[in-house]
Amino acid sequence: MLFNLSISALAEGIRKKDISILDLVLESFKAVEQCEHRVNALITVIDKEAALTRAKKLQQALTTAASPLYGIPFVMKDAYCTRGVQTTAASNVLAGYIPAYSATVYKRLEDAGAILIGKANMDAWGHGASTENTDFGVTKNPWDMQRSAGGSGGGPAAALACRYCAFAIGEDTGGSIRNPAAWNNVSAMKVTYGRVSRYGAIAYASSLDTVGPTAKTIEDCAFVLETIAGYDPYDATSSRKLVPSYSREIGQSIKGRKIAFPTEFYGKALDHQIRDTIIQARDVFVAQGAIVKDVSLPLLEYGVPMYYILAPSETSSNLGRYDGVRFGSGREFFTKETMRRIMTGTYALSSGYYDAYYKKAQKVRSLFIKEYQELLSQYDAILTPVTPIMPPRFGELLQDPIKNMMADLYTVIVNIVGLPSLALPCGFGSNGLPIGMQLIGPMFSESTLFSLGYAYQEATDWHTKMPNI
Amino acid sequence: MTNAAALTKKDIDHIAGLANLSITDRQSEELVTQLEETVTYVSALQKISTENIPETSQVTNTENVYRKDEIDSERLLSQKDALSGKKQYKGFFVVDAVFDREK
Repeated sequence: MLFNLSISALAEGIRKKDISILDLVLESFKAVEQCEHRVNALITVIDKEAALTRAKKLQQALTTAASPLYGIPFVMKDAYCTRGVQTTAASNVLAGYIPAYSATVYKRLEDAGAILIGKANMDAWGHGASTENTDFGVTKNPWDMQRSAGGSGGGPAAALACRYCAFAIGEDTGGSIRNPAAWNNVSAMKVTYGRVSRYGAIAYASSLDTVGPTAKTIEDCAFVLETIAGYDPYDATSSRKLVPSYSREIGQSIKGRKIAFPTEFYGKALDHQIRDTIIQARDVFVAQGAIVKDVSLPLLEYGVPMYYILAPSETSSNLGRYDGVRFGSGREFFTKETMRRIMTGTYALSSGYYDAYYKKAQKVRSLFIKEYQELLSQYDAILTPVTPIMPPRFGELLQDPIKNMMADLYTVIVNIVGLPSLALPCGFGSNGLPIGMQLIGPMFSESTLFSLGYAYQEATDWHTKMPNI
Repeated sequence: MTNAAALTKKDIDHIAGLANLSITDRQSEELVTQLEETVTYVSALQKISTENIPETSQVTNTENVYRKDEIDSERLLSQKDALSGKKQYKGFFVVDAVFDREK
């Protein structure tokens, strides 16, 4: 199977003409045909003939200067505008919507020669941690079809676990890239806020939204990120900082790197198998010369309440534009979960409650930034779980709104503070389900996080395991 | 601070009006409970002292990013493209009448 190869091996094979781009695209469609009716990772599958035509054109135009992503099939979460291709955000409000323009991230990948295979399933507008809040049917976890693939980007991660493609593009507002990565045994980078342009991304919560890669390995994530990152005049919040050559810097030694191990994150809310697995992962870093120390991040318990004021407030404002006049359908098509978030946000922003909720949460946000900045002035990364629970059975989170929010316990703070965070596989539970960990670093420290993750993947083989599908 | 767990159906209808959401009486009643639960949960923040702490609304440290007030032809949609998402009439969007709306 070609998609078990790394992006660098595929790129080399394509350049040497040992691998034909057409074969790669055919392999994508074969995997989709075999698995999609069971997994439901995609909302839209790109027209096969169109993809094959593009593959042939790219094959003919191949030069030695081609990008490492040239000819490589990928999928995108359906949260990005793709000119001429249906874009839904998994909501019936946008069902049938064909954008007249493309997101910057899509344009950069197209320009690099990557080939879009499908638009992937998600919780509508990013509202969820299980891809159950979708109007296009749930995405099943390829590791256990009775369970959720995570969310909000369950589709991209499941598509990758089923090897539909070599990489996927997700969107992370409170864990939407990292949670599905953990539950599908793939790697993913939630970038520093502003590292990748959000232009053309369907907004959930604008001060928290980030665009990032999901792939089989850390090295593959590095190749994708260096292609999509960088300043974009169409997104005033995109950073002008130079984009490092992540793939070249990835092999840096991690000897002497300092990793913080925050004890609050390993308390009673955490599944004990996840805890034990990450403690073993910690030892792998130590064996490679990293210095790991217990630290305290006492604000943890306030992260979810803060997020569930700020994110709904921003989403109530962002979704205000959907009136069905210029495109899409009316507001009566929002799901119950989305209506709840709009209502919560509208309440938190309304006259008489603004100070007690929204303004208060913004002040608490300042405290969180201070807590993390202080710790990360002394450490290169913070090692935490991605989720407190294993992939849940369908319905488990929907029936319990508080449990649903708690699935985000370890991920939302990262978005609130704006930091980058790498999620990667670190083992399996006795139930055979994958477990992920995250490494959170200072602003714009993606390169260091990649080198830590790469060193871990050099020493372990969890990330090579595939579901039996 | 107001008691978080004291929402009424009237409050919910008011918020739904602000959010431009049409909800049925049954939805409204459901939302009283659900919103109360959420609001009570997020009120945990009241336990933290934030005296003299400024608010943070975004993390980029930039402000007032300007661009030249010039037309960027690369960003312009043609009228055909701009109207492509919806039913149109002689180059205009078709909208519901607003002047005979009840509220």
